[in-house]
Amino acid sequence: MTTSEVKPAAAPASEAILGNERKWTDYFTFSTDHKVIGIQYLVTAFVFYMIGGALATAMRTELATPAPDFVTPDVYNGLLTLHGTVMLFLWIVPAGAGLANYLIPLMIGARDMAFPRLNAIAFWLIPPSGILLISSFFFEPPTAGWTSYPPLSLNTGMLGEGIWILSILIGGTASILGGLNFLVTILKMRVPSMPLTKMPLFCWAMIATSLLILISTPVLAGALILLAFDLIAGTAFFNPTGGGNPVVYQHMFWFYSHPAVYIFVLPLFGAISEVIPVHARKPIFGYRAIAYSSLVISFLGLIVWAHHMFTSGTPPWLRMFFMITTMVIAVPTGIKVFGWLATLWGGKIAFTSAMLFALGFIATFLIGGISGVMLAAVPFDIHVHDTYFVVAHFHYVLFGGSVFGVYMAVYHWFPKMTGRMMNETWGRIHFALTFIGMNLTFMPMHELGLMGMNRRIALYDPQFTDLNVVATIGSYIMAVSTIPFIINAIWSWRYGQKAPANPWRALTLEWQTLSPPIIENFEELPVLQTGPYDYGLGYIPEKDPAELYSHAGEPAAAT
Amino acid sequence: MQGSTVDTAENMVSAAEHNGAASHHEEHPDHRMFGLLVFLAAESMIFLGLFIAYMSFRLISTEWPPAGTPELELLLPGINTIILISSSFVIHKADTDVKQDNVKGLRLWFAITAVMGAIFLAGQIYEYTHLEFGLTENIFASTFYVLTGFHGLHVFVGLLLMLAVLWRSRQAGHYSHENHFGVEAVELYWHFVDVIWIVLFAILYLW
Repeated sequence: MTTSEVKPAAAPASEAILGNERKWTDYFTFSTDHKVIGIQYLVTAFVFYMIGGALATAMRTELATPAPDFVTPDVYNGLLTLHGTVMLFLWIVPAGAGLANYLIPLMIGARDMAFPRLNAIAFWLIPPSGILLISSFFFEPPTAGWTSYPPLSLNTGMLGEGIWILSILIGGTASILGGLNFLVTILKMRVPSMPLTKMPLFCWAMIATSLLILISTPVLAGALILLAFDLIAGTAFFNPTGGGNPVVYQHMFWFYSHPAVYIFVLPLFGAISEVIPVHARKPIFGYRAIAYSSLVISFLGLIVWAHHMFTSGTPPWLRMFFMITTMVIAVPTGIKVFGWLATLWGGKIAFTSAMLFALGFIATFLIGGISGVMLAAVPFDIHVHDTYFVVAHFHYVLFGGSVFGVYMAVYHWFPKMTGRMMNETWGRIHFALTFIGMNLTFMPMHELGLMGMNRRIALYDPQFTDLNVVATIGSYIMAVSTIPFIINAIWSWRYGQKAPANPWRALTLEWQTLSPPIIENFEELPVLQTGPYDYGLGYIPEKDPAELYSHAGEPAAAT
Repeated sequence: MQGSTVDTAENMVSAAEHNGAASHHEEHPDHRMFGLLVFLAAESMIFLGLFIAYMSFRLISTEWPPAGTPELELLLPGINTIILISSSFVIHKADTDVKQDNVKGLRLWFAITAVMGAIFLAGQIYEYTHLEFGLTENIFASTFYVLTGFHGLHVFVGLLLMLAVLWRSRQAGHYSHENHFGVEAVELYWHFVDVIWIVLFAILYLW
């Protein structure tokens, strides 16, 4: 639906100053341009990803041997808490917000977000939140895990835990402000010729994500406020000795943190729905089904949270309810996967880096999704609760889904963001290393979990050693895999081959303006001529698909 | 554009047609009220979370309030409730006035609302200082203070917002019948604070 129109303005002006190049210093200012903010989010998030990855590598190094020899168990507890918190709240959430910031106004033909200043404020809350959290590592890190269950979290050091709470409250505020902005922008700022049903699917996914953020994040804030009172003021909301109840915290926490996994992955569901049709040169299969399934996921996502609490004394009838809703959520998710596969089916697939990561996304996410349905079954969940099976499951979803998705999005939209092409060869190497490292790390964890290895513990029974060594090797491969990406991104940003406005011959609006887009995005507001995914229907002359991508590899014949 | 093969003559025409309307700095439609509504919806989820936590503690416990907790006095909070609810009507008068360009009336009604809000807060502080239980006495006391305190914080923020509107309204022409987002926003926020209090009063004092 959507797409294309185009404003002629840029063509004549070509050699002159286009007003679309940004100075690097702009990215360190309180800019209200959504394109600057989007890149600020992405780069900041990636820095935190590196930090979270370093923490994970340290953990895997510790786990290479059964005895706690690399770090002490206390330090290990700090590592695992910070790893989880940094990856979720400082990497995936801001990365999704960054993509949304950059893409939403461009995709719907708006000049900026609905509330540009609020947008900048939301971004600038992220660095303090992250620096605060990470600085705690050097004096007293929080050690109660990213879930911070009381009463454990009330007994592991007030300072670290207090910093953790403060950091999440700041990050949560940023997230709410961002969600508000996305929702209002998508609902109110589309070009007049774009009804909801002609929006790119990324925008549908962001509607679903924003609703989840707005409904569930405040409840986490409520829980953290109560936890802070318990921690600092000596109340007993979650402390059974004072008449409180720790399970109430778990309910409030998971009321946010289960929907949060959809907050993490839905933006990437949206992004992959953009990438696959472009690189397969086919209309998306089942536009409406994919669009509405996002909303169904976000509704169901709000009523499944207690499946994290099957061992917390949840009554059996309630377990049944949550087991069924959890299994049902596989249906809308399956619809999406089916839609993507059907789009690929018979397509003229170009194996660009973006497409490779998209395929990796589907493959690994599917494994994570299937183990998710296994975990939804109460007896199985009780058996493997708090084992490495659970760790394997959510890393397949979060790494295989979200991280692959972010990489895919970067390879796909990098030319638009920077005006330069990324190097495809290094992109493929990056993909191969990431895919191998990821599977080597997390696949053995399924087996470890079934064998009974507990998560979150620095030492383990020697019988688990072999598989742990495999996982550790995998984690090193993953650590190494980021090197080609970083070099590629930085080098391409500076010296890469110039990107044309529309290197992938895509139909959505963001490709119908310059690369990078000018300030305020469009010379004139675009008018849709085609749908967003009308590939192969004659709107674009596609004689030879290989030719479409010639500029990606070799010197530029593109424009 | 340059790379876009869709850039046909036909497209040019349609772009040209829209030339007039789409100048660079067209008026942006005002989405601030909608944004505020969304924000307040999110804010109400914090309260909802806290209310449900309160109900859970209450329903789980065998005795509520726990043995030895003094009864809550109803008279003062009752009066407070009436004051707060009435203030919602008062602040609406300000909204009506500003839409008729009556800034004097706006200032008057905002001042009265602010005073009523201040009385509410003063009453709450008076109640706090005269209660026979402290924050950490038991789970009932803790939830009582946190819920009313969190709401009180919102009342306080409302007062600051009203003072801000009063301050800005000194300048002639700052608020008029076509430009009064600040007034409407504060009014909406104040109604929100009011509704939250009604629920809170019902579950804390009356239930």
